[in-house]
Amino acid sequence: MTRPLPYPWLLAALGVLVAALFCVSLLVGPAGLGFFDSLAALLAGRGEAETLVMREIRAPRAVLGLMIGATLGLSGAALQGYLRNPLAEPGLLGVTGAASLGAVAAIYSGLSLIFPLALPLMALGGAGLASMLLIGLAGARGGALTLILAGVALSALCGALTALALNLSPNPFAATEIMFWMMGSLSDRSWTHVGLAAPFMLAGWAALGFAGRGLDALTLGEDAAASLGVRLDRLRLAVVLGAAASVGAATAVAGGIGFVGLVAPHLLRRAVGARPARLLPAAALGGAALLLAADIAVRLIAPERDLKLGVLTALVGAPFFLRLVLSTRRRLA
Amino acid sequence: MNLPSGMRRAAAMTLAGAAALAGAALAVPATDPAPGAPASAPAPRGENEAPRRVVSLNLCTDQLAMLLAAPGQLLSVSSMASDPHVSAMRDRAGAFAVNHGRAEEIFLMRPDLVLAGTYTARETVSMLRRLGFRVETFAPEADFDAIRANIRRMGALLGREAQAEAMAAEMDARLEAARPAPDAPRPLAALLEAASWSSGAGTLAHEIVTAAGLRNLGAELGITGMARLPLERLVMGAPDLLIAARPYTPPSLSEQGMRHPALDPLQARAGRVALSDARWVCGAPFTAEAVADLSAARRALTGEGRSAALVPAAPAANAVAR
Repeated sequence: MTRPLPYPWLLAALGVLVAALFCVSLLVGPAGLGFFDSLAALLAGRGEAETLVMREIRAPRAVLGLMIGATLGLSGAALQGYLRNPLAEPGLLGVTGAASLGAVAAIYSGLSLIFPLALPLMALGGAGLASMLLIGLAGARGGALTLILAGVALSALCGALTALALNLSPNPFAATEIMFWMMGSLSDRSWTHVGLAAPFMLAGWAALGFAGRGLDALTLGEDAAASLGVRLDRLRLAVVLGAAASVGAATAVAGGIGFVGLVAPHLLRRAVGARPARLLPAAALGGAALLLAADIAVRLIAPERDLKLGVLTALVGAPFFLRLVLSTRRRLA
Repeated sequence: MNLPSGMRRAAAMTLAGAAALAGAALAVPATDPAPGAPASAPAPRGENEAPRRVVSLNLCTDQLAMLLAAPGQLLSVSSMASDPHVSAMRDRAGAFAVNHGRAEEIFLMRPDLVLAGTYTARETVSMLRRLGFRVETFAPEADFDAIRANIRRMGALLGREAQAEAMAAEMDARLEAARPAPDAPRPLAALLEAASWSSGAGTLAHEIVTAAGLRNLGAELGITGMARLPLERLVMGAPDLLIAARPYTPPSLSEQGMRHPALDPLQARAGRVALSDARWVCGAPFTAEAVADLSAARRALTGEGRSAALVPAAPAANAVAR
């Protein structure tokens, strides 16, 4: 086994990767603009249509891809750290599904037209309820099996309620949007969506960042962490609120995107020496890179079809999850 | 099933196992297989006698029948005939019994003629035929020739040939009035429907746009039938006019996509004509009214003739208010 990269170098390398993918994301799209035309339109505003495409369609999409990927990676790492369970992930645990349900209630009732903030707030509410329910059911002490089963049940329930709400909507298009809420997409998002979601995502990141030191102590066990001066109730609040706010806001504007929060922390855990506080920023960058790559791929594979992001992340993530299940089988049994 | 927007129409066609049907194929009027009437035929009648208990199962046959039937001849129309989003004749639909295209309720109405679309309620239609009812099916109209043919066929079926001829002639006169001068400029219009769907060549919407003297961006980008037109390509096409589908009351994400900020500068420059769904859904005499409104919008855009007609009377105002 080779020596892992020093931590600052690792973060720098991930940062460069994310920046590169962000730029590629700006250059890919059905309009088929040339490289230099794109740059001229984005930076200098040359060409009216080109400028609209670059500044109003592609730029918000790339920014959302970056922020949502980071959100998912970061919350995955925080949930895994807090629950001390490698299978924890917002999508698998039903947090994303509950956020979708909240967002669906806000949009299809017409509430978000009157009061736009209802969209992120209700998604956040859904995500928060789901997180509290899970932690109440499985707890920081609960076994891996309890947690995953509770998550499966919650996901199924939220998925069914989302489908029910969309099927019952008198709007004939609502039912066709079930895919969006289950699988997620960044297609045709605008700065309005960035403006709605970004404040909540940033607040969530801050709360999760605050939890880092406590998560480090928690690796020694709850009693040891408490004796080190970690307030466990505050730590739980930070994780629940941080994950709910950031995942809720992300889901409200892009639908439910699974597996990013599972894969990103796992790919990087060994490289950061398995310390949760160090894993958090690395997983955020890793998640951003994964989601940007997935969003580039959906546009390259089927540019005119609006392939959903969750399709790709699940194709990569589900085999990964199975491998994890196999490797943790002894503990699960 | 004829539904207001591309997505619903496409979905309905897929369900009917006819997703591949595009454009011109739809224009051919369907001829019924004419099954020999079984002995149990419930309402026997003479060869040349006009039907007296007509039931329609399809929005488009509903409207043609309401326009052409003699008083008391039409018994029931489909529930969609009173849906303001898709029916241009919702005000008149209230005078008839409502059906939901189910064989049982149709059977109890004892019709002597059932009208249906070629893709509507196929199971119901085949069951009604097995029960000995006379069912006539109409293909969706994809151009004005098909509309004329369907008007005349409906007239012949209902014994109202003279009225049908007059109606077709009136429609042609309207179309003639809306026709642009041969040397008039032809602005580029983009049809904007929910979830980025757009209509290309071989669709009724395309015929309306071209009959009004506009070019259709979707068709120029190579779309045949219904297809997704990504927002980026629409913006790059720099249309002179946006024709947006009228949104439904409880909102949906797909329809919110039609209000993307990238479209704002285009709208500020060109103005938007709300697509009055109801008149664009079925091919009928009122389709020519949609053409006339759009033609007025074109003239306003190019500065030809009157300029106050950018927005067709009611539908656009409704679209904003709804």
